[in-house]
Amino acid sequence: MARATDHLVYLPELTERPQPSSKPMRSERRPVIELAGISFRYPDGRKALDNVHLVIGEQEKVALVGPNGAGKSTLLLHLNGILRGEGKVTVMGNELGDGNLGLVRSQVGLVFQNPDDQLFSTTVFEDVAFGPLHMNLADDEVRRRVISALSEVGMEGFEDRLSHHLSLGEKKRIAIATVLAMQPAILALDEPSGELDPRSRRGLIRLLKALPQTLLVATHDMRLVDELLLRTVILDAGQVVADGPTTEILADRALLDRHGLEPPFGPRPHP
Amino acid sequence: MKVSPIQVLDHYQEGDSLIHRLDPRVKLVLTLALIVVIAALPRGAWLVYLACLLMICLVMGMSRLQPMLVLRRSLVAMPFALAALSLVFTVPGSALASFTLARWSLSVTVEGTVAFMSILAKSWLSVLSATILVATTPFSHLVASMRAFRVPEVLVSVVSFMYRYMYVIADEALRLHRARDARSAAPGSKAGGSLRWRGKVLGGMIGSLFLRSYERSERIYAAMLSRGFDGSIRAMKMEPLRRNDLGTVVAFLACLLALVALVAFQRGP
Repeated sequence: MARATDHLVYLPELTERPQPSSKPMRSERRPVIELAGISFRYPDGRKALDNVHLVIGEQEKVALVGPNGAGKSTLLLHLNGILRGEGKVTVMGNELGDGNLGLVRSQVGLVFQNPDDQLFSTTVFEDVAFGPLHMNLADDEVRRRVISALSEVGMEGFEDRLSHHLSLGEKKRIAIATVLAMQPAILALDEPSGELDPRSRRGLIRLLKALPQTLLVATHDMRLVDELLLRTVILDAGQVVADGPTTEILADRALLDRHGLEPPFGPRPHP
Repeated sequence: MKVSPIQVLDHYQEGDSLIHRLDPRVKLVLTLALIVVIAALPRGAWLVYLACLLMICLVMGMSRLQPMLVLRRSLVAMPFALAALSLVFTVPGSALASFTLARWSLSVTVEGTVAFMSILAKSWLSVLSATILVATTPFSHLVASMRAFRVPEVLVSVVSFMYRYMYVIADEALRLHRARDARSAAPGSKAGGSLRWRGKVLGGMIGSLFLRSYERSERIYAAMLSRGFDGSIRAMKMEPLRRNDLGTVVAFLACLLALVALVAFQRGP
């Protein structure tokens, strides 16, 4: 089995690694996601992911940052086999293959960027029940899970509401509930705070803070990264270019500049 | 502010009446039965139409919907009934009035007018009953009822997705429309550009709307796969029918039979 610290040696350029990032902050964690040499090309030949190695330990809170088109969303789609490129994906010790897609999809809860894509049913209840129903659970258990998932995201009593009548903040919360109802061990979120007003964003951060699951969050919101996620992975042009504690990555202005990122606070970068 | 007309389509009216509480399967089947009976009624059976209207009004009263609201909505589909207007001229019979239009001479016949008025009345009664059904039944319950009656899953899914994304696509169309309006300001002239230009932009808008919807469908499919979708939609079982649901079925079917008997009685002598 791979050691949990292995991902540190996979870094393509040692010079890019912020110093000192070999703190054993996650050495004792059991790995829940292991990506080994993931490469992916879109049908038009564009390379989206280029030999990505990443190990995420149990209950780690990891940020996935990088410019638009860096491959963040594509990487998330590999975690539960929606996209299958070259390389090996291992989730909770099981190598992803045709035989265990169902199992892996119940372990990795993927929340899409646009809640209008995630909430495709007529009512909130049906949307949250979709995952549990397709896990072949009994109706009573499905009902119980819907109620508890909605209360986890603070949306109790929204069961009969229609998705198109909800605000964006409400939709984002319910989108998270749709995967919480499947009781996944890992949550992979794509831009959870995007386009939210400050109050909804604050509420969402509070919600994410309270979740016990392993978190992998692809985002441009560096303040959210700073506040919520202890480890940061920078992806640029399909490659992992930095991986380390968030405090160190965010303090390395040169590194952030190089990959078109901004620190959450402090003076504006030069134009 | 311009609101997309589609918003008007959200028909369910919250309420707690006898009709609201009725099982959606019962409502769906009885409404369909009523519409079939209405469609089969003979031309010019005005008394039977009136009896039908009274029956529908009774249900509307029990549902505590606002009559004006139901009336307004029921008129939405009426322009389609105008397609039957040609009957006024084409059904042979005794002429009521004739006039010449260029080289043709047209005559309005009594039989034709009766046929047209009957179609108008029958389609209005049908739309009226459908209006009450959708105003008292949440759409998701209608979809669930269709599933319970084993309507093919593809059809049910299409209906359900259409209902969900109609609003999203209408919003997108509205945004495109606004973007066009915002860029079609020529100082000193009427806003909107030439017809040719607008036509060109409209073509682009339709294409863009199609591409966006197509891409969205792929993202939705990925979201479905992520939650374990394997090609078959699963739904929860509906609650069993209650005794008063069955009572309603019997009472309603008795009324329908009475309608049919009324037709027979009218034709009898």
